[in-house]
Amino acid sequence: MNELAITVIGRDRPGIVADVAEVLSRLGANLTDSTMTRLGGHFAMTLICVGPAAAEVEAALAPLAAEGRLLATVRAVTPDGETALRGEPYVMAVHGADRMGIVAAMTRVLADFGGNVTDLSTRLTGALYVVVAEVDLPPGVAGELAGRLERVAAELGVEVTLRPADPDLL
Amino acid sequence: MSGEVQGPEAGRADGEYAGLGDWTPEALGVAGAVRPVVAAPHPVLSRAGETVDPTSAETVRLAADLIATMRVSPGCVGLAAPQVGVSARVFAVDVTGHPKAVTVHGTFVLCNATVVEATRWKAGREGCMSVPDLTGDVKRASRLVVEGELPGTGAPVRLVTDGFEARALQHEIDHCAGLLFLDRVAGAHAVYQRKVYL
Repeated sequence: MNELAITVIGRDRPGIVADVAEVLSRLGANLTDSTMTRLGGHFAMTLICVGPAAAEVEAALAPLAAEGRLLATVRAVTPDGETALRGEPYVMAVHGADRMGIVAAMTRVLADFGGNVTDLSTRLTGALYVVVAEVDLPPGVAGELAGRLERVAAELGVEVTLRPADPDLL
Repeated sequence: MSGEVQGPEAGRADGEYAGLGDWTPEALGVAGAVRPVVAAPHPVLSRAGETVDPTSAETVRLAADLIATMRVSPGCVGLAAPQVGVSARVFAVDVTGHPKAVTVHGTFVLCNATVVEATRWKAGREGCMSVPDLTGDVKRASRLVVEGELPGTGAPVRLVTDGFEARALQHEIDHCAGLLFLDRVAGAHAVYQRKVYL
């Protein structure tokens, strides 16, 4: 079984997901994990699929791309096995006036503390820039990390909060 | 479905309801057995449970088994009959000692429970033994009134609770209706890989 990483991006319109998913389904490519979201007027899909060869999927998506509506890439990737997610889940939220380097500076602080970002999205709306990240932290570092994040955020002129995202197990 | 306030059991007068009184699991009079917990996509989890006769021997045994299974499952604060493969409106809850719990009614089992009042909705992230690899953000009422019947006597019960116990009750009542937290997640980005705690 081939594992494929597929990205598709195009001008947002109704039916993009259906068009791409139909192509994959006809080829017997099983859509596993994916995110599909609208980014600044573009619709962006990042998909992991299991099934046919990369070339076959690329060829099948080509007609959609040929009309200039979508840009698609297909790459074979090596499954990384069942790596368990470890750590304490936190959510970091940053907001403030847009400027260069906010994501770079804040995620560097997370990385310095051994934090692993598992999900991150950014939004720019008017002058307001927003970053929300899910991050797994090694035990016991949250307090010191929060202090460092606040200092770096102050230098950037943005606000930051770090809060636990521990689920209630029912 | 979501947040719908359901009426009390038909034909029962308001004054007939009472609290749990001094009910304890010992009142069931049988020792529970630990049953295997089923995981999604098992079809029993997506089927509305049958209304039960709370006084039947079968329901009493099920109640005892739910408590026994809940007690051997680490971190488990509630377990519904569909989670042990039985399509029935019976669940056990015990949030005793949980750091987020405010009102605590101890260990109890309710049959045929319905939500009669649900207010002060709050988002929270929850996980489930039957969906072991995922968690999700779900809005639940933080003030809750539930009516049901005790296993054994069939005595009608009205519980008024809040916070974490209210969340647990809504989660279990959902199980009895064939609903998982996945049916109520807040949005496309509200389902997460469950983390393994160190």
